[in-house]
Amino acid sequence: MGVTSLSSTGSCKIQLGATCNCSHACVLIQGEITLQFFQMAQQTSAWRRYMQAFISGFFVAVPVTVTLLDKLAYVARVEGASMQPFLNPDVGAQCDVVLLNRWSVKNYHVQRGDIVSVVSPRNPKQKIIKRVIGLEGDFIRTLGYKNQYVRVPDGHFWIEGDHHGHSLDSNSFGPVSVGLLHGRASHIIWPPNRWQHIKPSLLPNRELLYTEEDGE
Amino acid sequence: MFRSMLGKALGLVGYTIQYGCIAHCAFEYIGEFVVCSGPSMEPTIVNHDVVFSERMSRHLFKIQKGDIVIAKSPFDPNMNICKRVIGLEGDKICTSAQSDLFKTHTFVPMGHVWLEGDNLRNSTDSRNYGPIPYGLIRGRVCLKVTCNLLSTRLDDSTPLEALLRHLMK
Repeated sequence: MGVTSLSSTGSCKIQLGATCNCSHACVLIQGEITLQFFQMAQQTSAWRRYMQAFISGFFVAVPVTVTLLDKLAYVARVEGASMQPFLNPDVGAQCDVVLLNRWSVKNYHVQRGDIVSVVSPRNPKQKIIKRVIGLEGDFIRTLGYKNQYVRVPDGHFWIEGDHHGHSLDSNSFGPVSVGLLHGRASHIIWPPNRWQHIKPSLLPNRELLYTEEDGE
Repeated sequence: MFRSMLGKALGLVGYTIQYGCIAHCAFEYIGEFVVCSGPSMEPTIVNHDVVFSERMSRHLFKIQKGDIVIAKSPFDPNMNICKRVIGLEGDKICTSAQSDLFKTHTFVPMGHVWLEGDNLRNSTDSRNYGPIPYGLIRGRVCLKVTCNLLSTRLDDSTPLEALLRHLMK
């Protein structure tokens, strides 16, 4: 005979001698076969709930994090001596960590004197961090480029590291296309004693010769 | 009642943010549909063609010679150009026209690519402005979406007007 009663705790009681075709574990108690699937069911549903929570959390957390890093802000460590003495002033100490603002460059608007990170024109897997010296239409006096005076072409800008001689910048590979702009460094966030907001400023010997901007 | 409405509004905002981020990741890392305009890639891609460009090859640095790529224009970062890769870094490119007697060559610098359109007579490409940095490439064109319904369009109308005209016939 089949199942005679089904209690609320989820155990089936069947008569002695009958067969049970369900998938629950059967425990023989006092002449009755009582099926206790309470404990096993708890384990199965806990594992499934954990997996569901993990997968749904994964599909929420990863796209949101990736979008935030692409569109809003990015944290990066500065390596090398090309921006001394402003960034990484002590050679032996820890490297500076800067906050790169990606929202402010989404329309490719930068100012002269900003510190920006660009995709290196020599090596697309690397990002370099330099200061903007001139925008399109400006006339620049170069330090070590093949021409002494350069007019920055349309859609390009001229970047230089503060530490001339230790810097791979526009003096080596010429004006850089604005499409390679990656982010603008807005704050130094590590080490804590160098916490500051970075303001756009040009070194005194790197002023422009002439600019074609309207009104000047 | 106000609290339940606020809860529903917050839930809606949360779902919008989540699906917006998933869409951004899909367009940025998987692929996107692009409408091409201009005659520089004829006969492969004609004016007003819709193509699908995938982003994975660009992020994994697997763009090869002969691929058609979408790149940001070196003179205006808000404009895109669609050309074929003729040479990768280190390749030797023949820059003289076919009618010249003496052939001139250049080498593509490190980290740059040389692009040319298929319609050589009507294309401004690396023969005019030189090799462009690899970092400007956005994606590789892998599929072209063709729709026979739009093959009867006139030259000056948009595909939507041509479709409506066709349906009203």
